[in-house]
Amino acid sequence: MALAGTRSGGQAVLALTIALFLGVFLVVPVATVVYVAFTEKGGGGLTLVNFLDFARTDLFVRSFWNSVYVSAMTVVWASALALPLAYLTTRFEFRGAMLVQTLGFLPLVMPPFVGAVAMQLLFGRNGSVNLLLDEWFDFKIGFMEGLNGVIFLQAIHYFPFILVNLSAALRNIDRSMEEAAQNLGSHGLRLFRRIALPLALPGFIAGASLVFVKVFDDVATPLLLNVKEMLAPQAYLRITSIGIDDPMGYVISVVLIGVAVATMWASAQVLKGKDYATTQRGGGGLARRKLKPRESALAYAVVILILALVLAPHVGLLLLSFATVWSFSPLPDGYTLAHYARVLGDSSVYIKNTLLYSSLAAGIDVVIGGAIAYLVLRTKLPGRQWLDWAASTALAVPGIVLGIGYLRAFYGVKMPDGTPLAALWIVIVLAIAIRRLPYALRAAYAALQQISVSLEEAAENLGATKARTVRRIVIPLMTGGLLAGFVTSFATAAVELSAVLILVQSNSDAPLAYGLYVLMQTPAGRGAGAALGVIAVVIVAICMGLAQLAADRSQRARGLDI
Amino acid sequence: MSKPARAVGIEIAGVNLSYGSTHVLKNVELSVRPGEFFAFLGPSGCGKTTLLRLIAGFAQAQTGQVLLDGQDVAPLPPWKRDVGMVFQSYALWPHMTVAKNVAFGLEERRLPRTEIDRRVAEALDLVGLSDYAGRRPAQLSGGQQQRVAVARTIAIEPKVLLLDEPLSNLDAKMRVSVRRELRALQQRLGLTTIFVTHDQEEANTICDRIAVMDAGTIRQVGTPMELYENPANLFVASFLGSANILGDGDGISVPAGKRLVFRPQHATLSSVDGVPLRGPVTHREFLGATVRYGVRVGGSEILIETPFQSGAELRTVGDMVGVALPPERMLYLPA
Repeated sequence: MALAGTRSGGQAVLALTIALFLGVFLVVPVATVVYVAFTEKGGGGLTLVNFLDFARTDLFVRSFWNSVYVSAMTVVWASALALPLAYLTTRFEFRGAMLVQTLGFLPLVMPPFVGAVAMQLLFGRNGSVNLLLDEWFDFKIGFMEGLNGVIFLQAIHYFPFILVNLSAALRNIDRSMEEAAQNLGSHGLRLFRRIALPLALPGFIAGASLVFVKVFDDVATPLLLNVKEMLAPQAYLRITSIGIDDPMGYVISVVLIGVAVATMWASAQVLKGKDYATTQRGGGGLARRKLKPRESALAYAVVILILALVLAPHVGLLLLSFATVWSFSPLPDGYTLAHYARVLGDSSVYIKNTLLYSSLAAGIDVVIGGAIAYLVLRTKLPGRQWLDWAASTALAVPGIVLGIGYLRAFYGVKMPDGTPLAALWIVIVLAIAIRRLPYALRAAYAALQQISVSLEEAAENLGATKARTVRRIVIPLMTGGLLAGFVTSFATAAVELSAVLILVQSNSDAPLAYGLYVLMQTPAGRGAGAALGVIAVVIVAICMGLAQLAADRSQRARGLDI
Repeated sequence: MSKPARAVGIEIAGVNLSYGSTHVLKNVELSVRPGEFFAFLGPSGCGKTTLLRLIAGFAQAQTGQVLLDGQDVAPLPPWKRDVGMVFQSYALWPHMTVAKNVAFGLEERRLPRTEIDRRVAEALDLVGLSDYAGRRPAQLSGGQQQRVAVARTIAIEPKVLLLDEPLSNLDAKMRVSVRRELRALQQRLGLTTIFVTHDQEEANTICDRIAVMDAGTIRQVGTPMELYENPANLFVASFLGSANILGDGDGISVPAGKRLVFRPQHATLSSVDGVPLRGPVTHREFLGATVRYGVRVGGSEILIETPFQSGAELRTVGDMVGVALPPERMLYLPA
């Protein structure tokens, strides 16, 4: 009895520590934002007057509908890109399939704001593509005009989310589903539309809702394209231009949270009772057909076109980073290494900060994620599920909202020397850590679920205490999975901007993403900004490679690969 | 559908099929008569499902022909064959109601709506599921799902009906009643039907004729009784019912390349004197109506089943016994 007491005592202390951390750095800031949105300016009682003001202000209403429009159209265009690729790779024997699947990692490698300026130079009114179109065919296409530019950029960046989910869903359909339809007289596109697509709907909805929320919450991409009349940018502009006492920034934040929650809720409603897990014993995925030569040529044309679009921001960024002057011409006038010299010289503080912040944030995530996973999966601690839920709600909190919350909640907290807590760089690290925690948590769950409980029971049976079992059995076996989680968190933390944007107080504390954002604002800084972008992409790409390696290694080490 | 359709025969000639280096079907020759309930019977991996899928158009043979009603179907894709197939997993589409599932093939044939509605109602009536038209497949029991799959297939009035292990996903009790329903339905429709199974009892009870398959070849074709009474080889003899197999090494002489085969219930235990087959009893099992003895003869162990009569004296383990066998029950079979 005494033993059991100390054992769950240790677990309880761990759980309380995590709860305290989540409470202070997630719940309190978000609750503060919500509270301020519902109180009168200057600290009066609870009121809805701020929301009325919001609804009466043309700018905000217009921004709201613009955001809805851009997010919805992004989903439409992203689906238009993803659907043919998903169809091709799951229904046909197609060599390009591997190429298409690797596209899935690209949005993780580079968030849309990084390539925004480069895309303007490639597809803008006087960008490379339009200059050539004008010269050859005498017309231009307004790819990047106003909201279209945001839609274009976001669709290119986020369609892989739909592609990956949709292809996985299509592959999970038992082949007999399709064969039965053929047997009854259906084939080709009609068969795809009537059987495969409805069965893959859950995967599509999952991807589409994710894209909708990500686009709705994005601050930096519209701002870099000079689109201000969208909701998330308005929240940022309001706080930075009018100040942290103005209630409108908080009202917008609550609306952003509301839209994210509503989208997730709606997708869950649509998916209710549609768990079409059809793969049966002995069944395989959809039967694949060989493409005829003409079809194959068409398929390659589609894939290459989409691939060119997806790589365009990367290519543009690379060109921009080496360009002397690039304006009103399809390609830069000349090439130089000066931007890299500048970035690695004066601006190297950005890179240093990014490496520091990201490793700290990823470290925090792995420790907390691993601990929550252990508490939820391996203990009977009452309320342990709450930790999981709390950590996962971070998914529904837009970065800008978390940033505003930190500013508001921690600005009044002074350090002994009088500087506000919110002005310290560690707060940036904590905000990034909270943002990435849900992903690290999933990685930790996956790692722990692969370990049979009997391995731990065997250790306990041979006399190891709970704590020693964790140290000698659980942690060594989870290392690979946790390492993969660490590197993924690190990589995505390195390009996190929306929470950071509002928290950076001085350039010397700014991470790479912030530096890139500032540099990209001026024509003189673009080259250096692009060089920073290329460095970020390289860092992230290396991390992704390492994460893959770590995951493969740990699988092999446990003999799990077949 | 209510009126028996004109039944169609199936001819399979010289079919060879390989997946890579695996030779799945080896020179298969087969003829299924119009209106016949025919079974492909064999252990798993013998090629029976592949042969069925070949007829439906889901597999391509390297050589040979499949003739439906005298016509080569090789150039026809699956959706133009009018061959109804009921899948082992039923393959009911979870996003459609029962009625929608049944209507699917008719819609693909662009039939007028009234005709579709009529035939869906008829097909559901035929399998006794008229009241379930609006349900989703997930709301039905396994047996009901199986009947929906059958209704969906016969609604298109196929030339032939292919059943891929249709009973394997049902519990033992359901199997007996469903197989009777299938037989009755087939009789009523007069539809040429092929039934794939690895269960000899299923094949024996409902099929007119059976093709016994092993390792990609057809080992024998015949009625259930023919196959049991006159198996053509050791494989068929031992796959259909139990068989004792003895060879040269067991103290008897057999023709070259052949073995002596007999059923356990055809032999009786006798005294040791003057009997070539003899040996010690190795075990005894009481089965109710019969008693089963194991007897070591030469290097092999054989089984003898004798009717149980109360009061009769039983042999005990270790007793030396002779095995008496009427000559007409002795079969000399090749491998």
